[in-house]
Amino acid sequence: MVKGSQGVKSVQGAKNVQRTKRVQAAKKEAQTGDAVTVERREALAGRVFSAAGVTVTPLPPAERVSLRAPEDSVAALSRALGVTLPAKPKTSAAKAGRLAFWLGPDEWMVIDEGGKDPLADCARVKALHSAVGISHRNVAIAVTGPACEATVSAGCPQDLSLAVFPVGAVSRTVLGKAEIVLYRAAEDSFRIECWRSFSDYVFTFLSEAARDAAA
Amino acid sequence: MLLIRCPYCEEERPELEFRNAGEAHVARPADIAAISDEDFEAFFFIRSNPKGIIYERWRHIHGCARFFNAVRDTVSDKFVMTYKAGEPKPKKLPGVAK
Ligand SMILES: [Zn+2]
Repeated sequence: MVKGSQGVKSVQGAKNVQRTKRVQAAKKEAQTGDAVTVERREALAGRVFSAAGVTVTPLPPAERVSLRAPEDSVAALSRALGVTLPAKPKTSAAKAGRLAFWLGPDEWMVIDEGGKDPLADCARVKALHSAVGISHRNVAIAVTGPACEATVSAGCPQDLSLAVFPVGAVSRTVLGKAEIVLYRAAEDSFRIECWRSFSDYVFTFLSEAARDAAA
Repeated sequence: MLLIRCPYCEEERPELEFRNAGEAHVARPADIAAISDEDFEAFFFIRSNPKGIIYERWRHIHGCARFFNAVRDTVSDKFVMTYKAGEPKPKKLPGVAK
């Protein structure tokens, strides 16, 4: 018993020493003015899969916001974001590098591919809303080519025919065992948003599905 | 696969996007500390478990994420209808005798 508790203590002690060292290093850095540079490690860097009629490609990092707001706030938020938040289920809006996805009756996902953070735009809005930055939570994958619909349909139970899921349609749904947000960017192009920790599974699933769709 | 109509998404969606959330229209007592043990038992544990029509809460968890209510037949497993959370129990059910 005694021995065990001493063991715990010494681990705690080692942690404290580590923390002190880190604080000292940070202080020294602040004094000398050396900036901390952190390398961005993209979850799917370098992975591309091509088969006959379909290509699966990771998309570059983007700014993303999860937005919740009551109806009264929608107009002010739309003005601040420069894109009209869609009110109809399964619809989206796109303007100047910005995408707004309807996810629920009071929920949207806003994506900016031009490097301008929509979170800053929301911060200026006085009307009641909740905006949470989720830029690093998600990874986007493009599935393009004439066989893109067959590829996504391998794991998504929704009807993805153009009549039911037209260009601009967007929906939170599932792909295999992962939750995704599916957006039809063009007749032969889907954008799939998934959580970063799911991205290896989603990318591999799509690659296998692309192989089957091409066969 | 069952297709379930989500009253918020306004269309039928595959059952994989949904999750059951227990019996609907179970009202929480306004002053739960004041009720008797028997009343609490009835509120908390006792469910109707009928053979036939049941009123349930469902959640479109992998879709719009909203809770809603559904009328389902426990014998055929068919959904009779769905309606938004907070709306009263429908008086008439389409296609159901009685
Ligand atoms: Zn829904």
